[in-house]
Amino acid sequence: MNALVLSAIWGVIMMFSGIITSRLKVVRVVAVLGIIVLLLSTIMELNGTKFFGFNLNGMLVFDTFSLLFNSVIFFCVLIYFLLSGKDIEKVGMNVPDYYALLFFVLAGVTMASSFNTLLMLFLGIEIISIPLYILTGSDKRNLKSNEASLKYFLMGSFSTGLMLMGIALIYGAKASFNLDVIGGTTTELTPMVSAGLLLLLFSMAFKVSAAPFHFWTPDVYDGAPGVFTSFMATIVKAAAFIAFIRLFRGGFTEVHAKWQLIVAIITAATLFIGNITAVFQQSVKRMLAYSSISQAGFMMFAIVSLGDAALEGLLYYAAAYCLATIGVFAILVRMKDYTYDGFNGMGKHHPAIAAANTVFMLSLAGIPATAGFMAKFYMLSVAINAGKLLWLVIIGILCAAVSVYYYFRVIQAMYFKDGEKQEIETGPGFKLLLGITAGFIIFLGIFPQWLIEKLYFFL
Amino acid sequence: MPIERYIFLAIALFCIGIAGVLIRRNAIIVFMCIELMLNAVNLLLVAFSKMHHLKATAANATAGIEGQLFVFFIMVVAAAEVSVGLAIIVMMYRNVHSVDINFLNRLKH
Repeated sequence: MNALVLSAIWGVIMMFSGIITSRLKVVRVVAVLGIIVLLLSTIMELNGTKFFGFNLNGMLVFDTFSLLFNSVIFFCVLIYFLLSGKDIEKVGMNVPDYYALLFFVLAGVTMASSFNTLLMLFLGIEIISIPLYILTGSDKRNLKSNEASLKYFLMGSFSTGLMLMGIALIYGAKASFNLDVIGGTTTELTPMVSAGLLLLLFSMAFKVSAAPFHFWTPDVYDGAPGVFTSFMATIVKAAAFIAFIRLFRGGFTEVHAKWQLIVAIITAATLFIGNITAVFQQSVKRMLAYSSISQAGFMMFAIVSLGDAALEGLLYYAAAYCLATIGVFAILVRMKDYTYDGFNGMGKHHPAIAAANTVFMLSLAGIPATAGFMAKFYMLSVAINAGKLLWLVIIGILCAAVSVYYYFRVIQAMYFKDGEKQEIETGPGFKLLLGITAGFIIFLGIFPQWLIEKLYFFL
Repeated sequence: MPIERYIFLAIALFCIGIAGVLIRRNAIIVFMCIELMLNAVNLLLVAFSKMHHLKATAANATAGIEGQLFVFFIMVVAAAEVSVGLAIIVMMYRNVHSVDINFLNRLKH
């Protein structure tokens, strides 16, 4: 609750900060301050301190899982602001507004991660989406950005329409929007409930960009300004997954066996399409867009298996994936050349950045001793424990092997190819922060229980 | 009137909306079709709300009220979406002087 109210207030503060001062550095400091306040207030709520005592009527439930996920997300956003804050300023003129929209997205993220009625799910997803349509098109003169934003807008509101139809059908059958009521009474699938379930499944698959509803992702991620792509591909995708698993765990656990196969097929298709297409990309930004589809495929394992272990795994995967991708994008948006050739010779000219980038790529590929390995391991193990899905696990492992190819192409370009020196604006602070992020990824990879035990520490 | 008729009407409107989104090439018409989908949902929610209300009047006088509440939220969100969406379409029109979504192919290499 703390974070929800504070993030909305802070969004307004960011809007006014643009009126009060025209110095961008001040705006950036206010934004970083805001995210620190959000992080601390969420951690305080985990310890039992609530600033606001509204009666929520059970519409939002702030349990340990959602609060811990919010803390992880706010930590990632803190790193994102520190690493990419200067690049946000280069997108356009209205820097305070971009920060305000990012804070409004965070308000949506807190709602989507702790909803307990379908109304709050809808509002959360929409509060996430609408500012993102604007941010995608924030580079107003750029045709690609316009196109990405229009495409994202049409696809996003189309999937919202599907979701609303699903919600309406389930309301018709169950007479309530409350997830507890829906979960308690859905013991068999009547035609109306199954139609609603399928529509909800499709619209959530749209939001997390799972195949066959992924086709907007590469275009939108490619066209949007790099800094906002980084935000969309990490924070927003993780939040959509949390909403996804909360919806299906809360509402449809009893009929899990009946829809599990559909989700398993979607997962397999996502993994396959994401990885195979990523191999053929020439632009690293587009490759990362496809890689985000394939990582979404791994996160879908949590929804296939739907146990308590799946929640742990999803939380951990979100942390590992967000940190690594934010790091890669922070480096990428400072480069002029987005193709693989742009990375040529980086190991010689910018050894510190290349080393950090290597850690991020290793983590995304899932090499042991990085967080990405443990995250993939967790996801595959929950799928094995769910039983009957060995074929899916085998596809997952094969696709992870394929993904090594395109992640290692970047590392190979950095260390084994010569290229002329590219100007990358870096200060010591940027390098230090990249180092800290990389260190954190390795720390999480060696001590995964550090994060997961927190789920059971605050009770 | 039996609830089935409302359901059929809402589903028909919804399907017209989906068909429009898939077939039409003008961004504004696609957008209108999306609004049609949302309004089909509004109609369905109100009909269900009345149905649940009639079913449970004796026990609970406010039964079914949340369905109508939801409709207001959909209206508000749709209004927000319209303001953002039309702004995006105008921005697009300024750059390419067309609102045809067949122009949206620069990102496909």
